[in-house]
Amino acid sequence: MGYILRRLVATLPVMAVVAIVVFLLIHLSPGDPAALIAGDLATEEDIRNLRETLGLNQPIWQQFMIWIGKLATGDLGTSIFTQVPVTTLLGQRIEPTLSIALVTMLITVVLAIPLGTLAAYRAGSLIDRLVMIFAVLAFSVPAFLVGYLLIYGFAIRLPWFPVQGYVGFSEGAGPWLRSIVLPCVNLALVYIALITRMTRATVLEVLHEDYIRTARAKGLGVLSVLLHALRNAAVPIATTVGMGIALLIGGVVVTETVFAIPGAGRLVVDSVQRHDYPVIQSVLLLSAGVYVIINLLIDLSYRLFDPRIQY
Amino acid sequence: MMKRRTLAALAAFGAFTLGTLSPQAMAQAPGKTLRMVAHADLKIIDPTFTTAYISRNFGYMVYDTLFSQDASGKPQPQMVEKYSQSDDHKQWTFTLRPGLKFSDDSAVTSADAIASLQRWTSRDSFGRAMVAGGVEWKAVDPRTFTMTLAQPFSMVLDALAKPSGYPAFVLPERLAKLPTTSPINESLGSGPFIFKRDEWVPGNKAVFVRNPQYVPRTEAPSGLAGSKASKFDRVEWLYLPDSNSSVAALQRGEVDYIESVPPDYIAPLRANKDIKVGSGGSFQAFLVLNHLHPPFNNIKARQAFQAAVNQEKFLAAMGYPPDMRMAYCHTFFICGSPNDTAAGSQAWAKPDLAKAKALLAESGYKGEKVVILVPTDITYHNGSALMAAQTLRSIGMNVDTQSMDWASVTARRAKKEAPSAGGWNVYVTVAGEFDANSPVTNAYLSPACGNSLPGWPCDKQLDELRTAWLQSANATERKQRLDAFQARAFEAVPYINAGQYSMAYAARTNIKGLDKLWGGMPLVWMLDK
Repeated sequence: MGYILRRLVATLPVMAVVAIVVFLLIHLSPGDPAALIAGDLATEEDIRNLRETLGLNQPIWQQFMIWIGKLATGDLGTSIFTQVPVTTLLGQRIEPTLSIALVTMLITVVLAIPLGTLAAYRAGSLIDRLVMIFAVLAFSVPAFLVGYLLIYGFAIRLPWFPVQGYVGFSEGAGPWLRSIVLPCVNLALVYIALITRMTRATVLEVLHEDYIRTARAKGLGVLSVLLHALRNAAVPIATTVGMGIALLIGGVVVTETVFAIPGAGRLVVDSVQRHDYPVIQSVLLLSAGVYVIINLLIDLSYRLFDPRIQY
Repeated sequence: MMKRRTLAALAAFGAFTLGTLSPQAMAQAPGKTLRMVAHADLKIIDPTFTTAYISRNFGYMVYDTLFSQDASGKPQPQMVEKYSQSDDHKQWTFTLRPGLKFSDDSAVTSADAIASLQRWTSRDSFGRAMVAGGVEWKAVDPRTFTMTLAQPFSMVLDALAKPSGYPAFVLPERLAKLPTTSPINESLGSGPFIFKRDEWVPGNKAVFVRNPQYVPRTEAPSGLAGSKASKFDRVEWLYLPDSNSSVAALQRGEVDYIESVPPDYIAPLRANKDIKVGSGGSFQAFLVLNHLHPPFNNIKARQAFQAAVNQEKFLAAMGYPPDMRMAYCHTFFICGSPNDTAAGSQAWAKPDLAKAKALLAESGYKGEKVVILVPTDITYHNGSALMAAQTLRSIGMNVDTQSMDWASVTARRAKKEAPSAGGWNVYVTVAGEFDANSPVTNAYLSPACGNSLPGWPCDKQLDELRTAWLQSANATERKQRLDAFQARAFEAVPYINAGQYSMAYAARTNIKGLDKLWGGMPLVWMLDK
């Protein structure tokens, strides 16, 4: 418990640095949201008035203090374009983002760990080579191209899944699952490649350990030996899976764009393009928070796999 | 046994998952729904604040106007039942149609109309001209109000029926009186639809449902005039940032209509028998010049650039196929529009590099760098900007292309500093027909000297000719003055017309009424399926 508290306290300076860097990067980059909001025919006076109303004429340090002050009270601010609170915008994006992140990781774990273990067990065989060829291909082909191929194959030629859009879970498990199958497969391919290789390498290393040889000599079955080996190889795999989840929650812009999924990644990119300061600042800060928490959870999970680890 | 049970459970889940889901079952709301891909993401729901076309289109969904242009461009009463004017055109009386209501069931009154018009006159170029003419409004009773002008203004109905820029939408008085310094964050109109704010996902989807309080006119729809009674109970505007996906969604039937198809998708869509590709609305490509700094602070240098421009090449670079672009359009006011005129264009009709070089030499151009802002995220702007660079190079100018996203262009173009100190010389943009078709609605021909429009064009003769055009007593005089205005515009070159093209839309063949769409706007009440 003490360890968790110490880690949580340690996140505060990290978040402070992130807040300052994000704020400065955004405000010092060229572009004027007031000019974008006012449109092509706006006069200078219109833009000046709007900047005043939005508080963009205040010194940067003052704008920073106002933002921090609001954050301290739990107010993430309001989009200067849509006038929609950032919490509402985030609320709309959390479900698609979480759905895709979790289903992608589920597909990944279910496929990648057995594949990697099998490749390690049959190292050097045809199966191992096929698995590795798949991993290299899945890594190398750009996600947008895979996305278009999936759409062409499984939405147009074989009309099994929709081309675009997200359907909320509240509208039924079937429609929900159907709407995320292609984006999740698109994303999972990269993670399957990554975790398959990671699993293969770590399991292969463990399989050469003396205790595995002993286990085999004692007559344990293949499955028991592999499970034994997997548990010992679990720490790096858990780390990769955890970071994968963090990356997916942070947003996967290309896949979200190709499949028109209203996720967190698109929210950030759209906000950056139009210089919607409150949205960018808050979403990036929260993303940093998610990374920190997931890192903590990964560290804590190590004890499940290896009781020798103490904090 | 356990394994069998597990398999049975999995099979049941699979059957549930896939069985409940034919493509048509995907999130279809009850009633008739039109799902269309909008040309942009709806960000601002106040059409009285911004001239963004997506906000204007939002305005036509939710609000109504006192007058509207019909398909021939003639102003027709819309919310107004009857009107009258004095012989000297200074005194006008308007009566609203009976029974008009906002979507919250409150009556539309003269007070709402007057407050809306006051808001409109504070922002719109036509409205400001009316203010300069000493306009005053007064409510007579809940349905009747008067307008008094100190000076005659013969274009009152044209102004009130203005289709784009800032159309004169009627808002509830409570909203219309809010400060004009920031967008209104609420929508309450008497138009054909209600905006479902609770279903709005900025960056993804905007939803409208039929407004039960809307009182349509009895006349058939024509342009923006007549009945706007919708055949659809629900309209969804989807924003799909990836054009491949939006085209695939149309092919698959997940969407019914794409408002604006990127030029490079036109040919493949035309080959699909289930899809109809059409063109709607006229657009003009603009080359905007900075009049504050060399070389384009010199009229001869501006004329040199104008002499070198080959409109067809610009439009080809923007990607439009031959049947959607004009080889040459001779007017600043949109070829085919009521203000179409060739006055003053003859000397510039054919690109002439020798003439351009001679004019450039006369201007005293000393080889200064010409900074062109090149947007990289909007393909047609990118093509147009690169063509501008090539054109200037072809007459011997020293060109510096600076690439950036459109957001950065909009910030950079506002800078008055010298190009070498962060300013600029040339940027490109486009305008729809209604934002180009007259000396008052054309953004780069309407502002008088001392304006704050990026480029800061100033020509005293154009200012005088514009005022004279506005004060024309009749149609013949107005035409003569328009010709004189355009002839001077070709000499002064406030900006360069880089060509006229049509926007392409695409729809499933089961969508009816596409031929009635007008002005390049998604007038969904014209459609059915």
